[in-house]
Amino acid sequence: MISYEFLMASSIGVLVAAGIYLVLRARTFPVVAGLTLLSYAVNLFLFSMGRLKVGAPPIIGAQADYTDPIPQALVLTAIVIGFAMTAFAITLAVKAHVVFDNDYVDGKEPQ
Amino acid sequence: MADMTVVWIILLPFLAIAPAWWIGRSNRLGSTAISVAAAAAALGALISQSAPVFAGDALVKSWPWIASLGLNFSVRLDGLGFLFALLILGIGVLVLIYASSYLSKDDDIGSFHAMLLTFMGAMLGVVLSENLLLMVMFWELTSISSFLLIAYWSHLPAARQGARLALTITGGGGLALLAGVLMIGHVVGSYELSDVLRSNATILAHPLYVPLLICVLLGAFTKSAQFPFHFWLPNAMTAPTPVSAYLHSATMVKAGVFLLARIHPALSGSPQWFTIVTGAGLVTLVLGAYIALFKDDLKGLLAYSTISHLGIITALFGFSTPLAVVAGVFHILNHAAFKAALFMTAGIVDHEAGTRDIKLLGGLRHLMPITFTLGTIAALSMAGFPPFNGFLSKELFFEEAAKFVEFADFGIIPMGLAVVGGLFSIAYSLRFIIEVFLGPKRESYPHTPHDPPMGMWVPVAVLATICVAIGLAPAFVAGPLVAAAATPVAQTLPDYYLALWHRIYARAVHDDRGGRARIWILPHSRGGRAATGRRPRPRRQAHNRSTSGRGHGCGEFCDHTGRQRLIATLPRVHDWHLPWPLVFWRSPSSDGKHGSVAPTPAPWMALLPWALLVGATVYTVVYQRQRLTAVVFMSVVGLVVSLAFIYFSAPDLGLTQLSVEVVTILLILLSLYVLPQNVEPESSGTRRVRDGMLAILGGLGAAALSWGIMTRPADSISQYYLDNALEKGGGTNVVNVTLVDFRGFDTMGEIAVLVVAAVGILVMLRGRRPEHKGLLSVLEEERFPVMLTTVTRPLMPLIMLAAVYIFWRGHNLPGGGFIAGLVAAVTLLMQYLASGLTWTNKRLGIDFVRVGAVGVSIAVITGLGALLFDKPFLTHAMVHPKLPIIGEFHVGSPAIFDLGVFLAVVAALVVIIRRLSEYQRDNFIDQTRREDP
Repeated sequence: MISYEFLMASSIGVLVAAGIYLVLRARTFPVVAGLTLLSYAVNLFLFSMGRLKVGAPPIIGAQADYTDPIPQALVLTAIVIGFAMTAFAITLAVKAHVVFDNDYVDGKEPQ
Repeated sequence: MADMTVVWIILLPFLAIAPAWWIGRSNRLGSTAISVAAAAAALGALISQSAPVFAGDALVKSWPWIASLGLNFSVRLDGLGFLFALLILGIGVLVLIYASSYLSKDDDIGSFHAMLLTFMGAMLGVVLSENLLLMVMFWELTSISSFLLIAYWSHLPAARQGARLALTITGGGGLALLAGVLMIGHVVGSYELSDVLRSNATILAHPLYVPLLICVLLGAFTKSAQFPFHFWLPNAMTAPTPVSAYLHSATMVKAGVFLLARIHPALSGSPQWFTIVTGAGLVTLVLGAYIALFKDDLKGLLAYSTISHLGIITALFGFSTPLAVVAGVFHILNHAAFKAALFMTAGIVDHEAGTRDIKLLGGLRHLMPITFTLGTIAALSMAGFPPFNGFLSKELFFEEAAKFVEFADFGIIPMGLAVVGGLFSIAYSLRFIIEVFLGPKRESYPHTPHDPPMGMWVPVAVLATICVAIGLAPAFVAGPLVAAAATPVAQTLPDYYLALWHRIYARAVHDDRGGRARIWILPHSRGGRAATGRRPRPRRQAHNRSTSGRGHGCGEFCDHTGRQRLIATLPRVHDWHLPWPLVFWRSPSSDGKHGSVAPTPAPWMALLPWALLVGATVYTVVYQRQRLTAVVFMSVVGLVVSLAFIYFSAPDLGLTQLSVEVVTILLILLSLYVLPQNVEPESSGTRRVRDGMLAILGGLGAAALSWGIMTRPADSISQYYLDNALEKGGGTNVVNVTLVDFRGFDTMGEIAVLVVAAVGILVMLRGRRPEHKGLLSVLEEERFPVMLTTVTRPLMPLIMLAAVYIFWRGHNLPGGGFIAGLVAAVTLLMQYLASGLTWTNKRLGIDFVRVGAVGVSIAVITGLGALLFDKPFLTHAMVHPKLPIIGEFHVGSPAIFDLGVFLAVVAALVVIIRRLSEYQRDNFIDQTRREDP
């Protein structure tokens, strides 16, 4: 029996797992990719706090039932801030590569 | 006959003294057998009485002795006495077995057994006495027998000194206790506990209350090494380790807290009780834990941690609420289990490696795997990590301490001290594990370490098993015992339930503590290193140099926990935090609502995007080294996420995610100009397996948490927003109204963060411009595909128009400043992409950093405008003029605020991407020139 909740929960789980694995790599690029996946997961997770409703956008008068607008407002800004964070991380990675001439998160090859 | 059982429990160890001593002169094994048999028999007798005790009865039996003085030989077995007797006999048996392997052939094991049995009998007398004078008598006997035990190796001067100090302090305390008991007898008119415990009101109202309270507490505090009498315990560590494990973890030092618990119904309930007992407990908790952090002698570390844990128990009895009392009793049990195991572990290390100085140890996990496993379990339990027993009672402690925050003016103090003490206890527990077992193997140890004979590690294993069993199934393993033991202390039991997971509130307090511990440790090591350029100076303890080695450790400790290398630290942080949500999911939650909302059935079609998302995520990981491919898969993930938002009634989110997706992918592609596009694997196989396990654990936890919450009923504050969006916010798109109006302050902060990030990136990539105009112009020529250029240029005004439309309708329909800003930024970036930096910069001629500043300023000024009309910051106002053709529309401060958002978003995005691409270009030119001057 598939349900929206199951699909959402399992997607969040897969994204978190992939995100954690990538964040634990020794090079900067997978860390950035992992952070991106983790922010997808976090955004979906926060969003799902308002529960999953189909065809009930929080626009007054459009229909009878509305979904919870607060998680949406929070996630909307979170998406944009998440972009700022990703951008900052990427810039850091680029700069670190130019300075250290390698792309390890510690600036040197792991032992 | 049943009446005599209690007497037999006390008498059995005493009866075994002479034979154990006599036989011990010729036959070590025989002596051990007799001692163990006596203790085991007493234990059996005790357990045979468990049924009435668990039912809540107190077995009391009395014989007159010196009746004129009120001294009777009367015994009492109730839940509290049962718990302590169980600890004394149970751990006693284990210690006797352990000691027979630990003591060398030259040691006189007969006299050792005689002393230990004397002590055991005396302790049983203390906890099973009904008559207070009788209890004081046994109390003094414990002081004397512990003096003998500490000085067991009497040829060592330190042993003799430590023993004398212990006797002076605890003996003095015993005299104070006698005075206190005499006063109680005077006030109540009887020394029988049954009478005393009923006389709480009489005692509290009596003028002698304060003096007798102080005298009794002096007895308890000296015995339990509470501040300011804590210093004798570390000196007593010169005793053989089995003695330390027995006396200084499980039994004698617990006599003090036993006294507090025993006398609690009679003396508690006054401000003096609360102030003195809680105060001493909390100070001891912090002080002991702090000193423990710097101890290099394993037993010294454990001694101070014992002091600290006794402080926790004392503080809990000081709090005096029924639940605090339960927690205190529970912690007595837990502490006895893990601390005795730790002392035995220290003894094993000392015995096998030839030293217990932390600085000479390390790397023992390979040499002593059994000891390592058992010691780690016990130490993690001491630190309060789940799923071990220490976690449970410590959590209760934090919960109780947190309650005072609401009640009293000074209420933050207990919580504050508890948190600080908790931090230290995590730190010294980890130090114990890390410095002894982890780290590289040393070249040489004083002895060649190996796991000890069975006789030494089996007792530790038994205790470690108890730690885990209580942790996993507290209600089953320890529930009845704790309930029975807490009843005589608290009088009425509170409604509570022992479980690994309580509620989110309590959890958060604990988690916070753990989290902060790491935050505290990490910068600590870096800061110290960076500021001085070398290791932080070793800290010396002002006192007690005799028992410790060189008082050093912070630097090395930080070295291990707060590794300089991020890659090594990250998994450790994850280790402990990831699986916890799983626990939350599985355990019966306090609200009982888990699973109460039926999941919404999904059509089969929904499996398609789901499979796409899961597949793309997995492939992102698989192809992480072929980076361009990974980027493609990541964009698929982002796309499905946008679709999910749109599908689940969040059109605003879908649009935002979609636009951000474009910019993010652009950004990552740009970075791949500098970063290598394909790399070789760098991690070892085991490391990848380890990380994979962690990742799966974390994923399961996150999924379980999401599922657990989504199947609970929702209780949201959003109804207010829905009801008032139109009337008070003047818009029908509740999300946008929330952003610009209800939660406008948040939004303002967020666009500020965005602009700050952009400025930060500008600063980070600051650098000189290469002066190589020729190459630059060559680069700018003929590198751009004609089709893209031709299409994007006329498209730009159209998309800009669309952005304006999205912006304008945002208050009522999906859209608004954020989304419009993203769309506008994407068009601008498309121009850069299609026509190049120089061409676009020349034609745009806009200073986007300034635009960002203007955007944030607009938002702030709109908010400040409200102050002119005596309204709170960010209160909005609007008018609804009617225009021909267009109809009614509204102009108001929300739209102006949203304009600020729009400008800030556009500016930040363009600044970030443009600066990054300029940096790549300059870098490229630099490289080209270097290779081809």
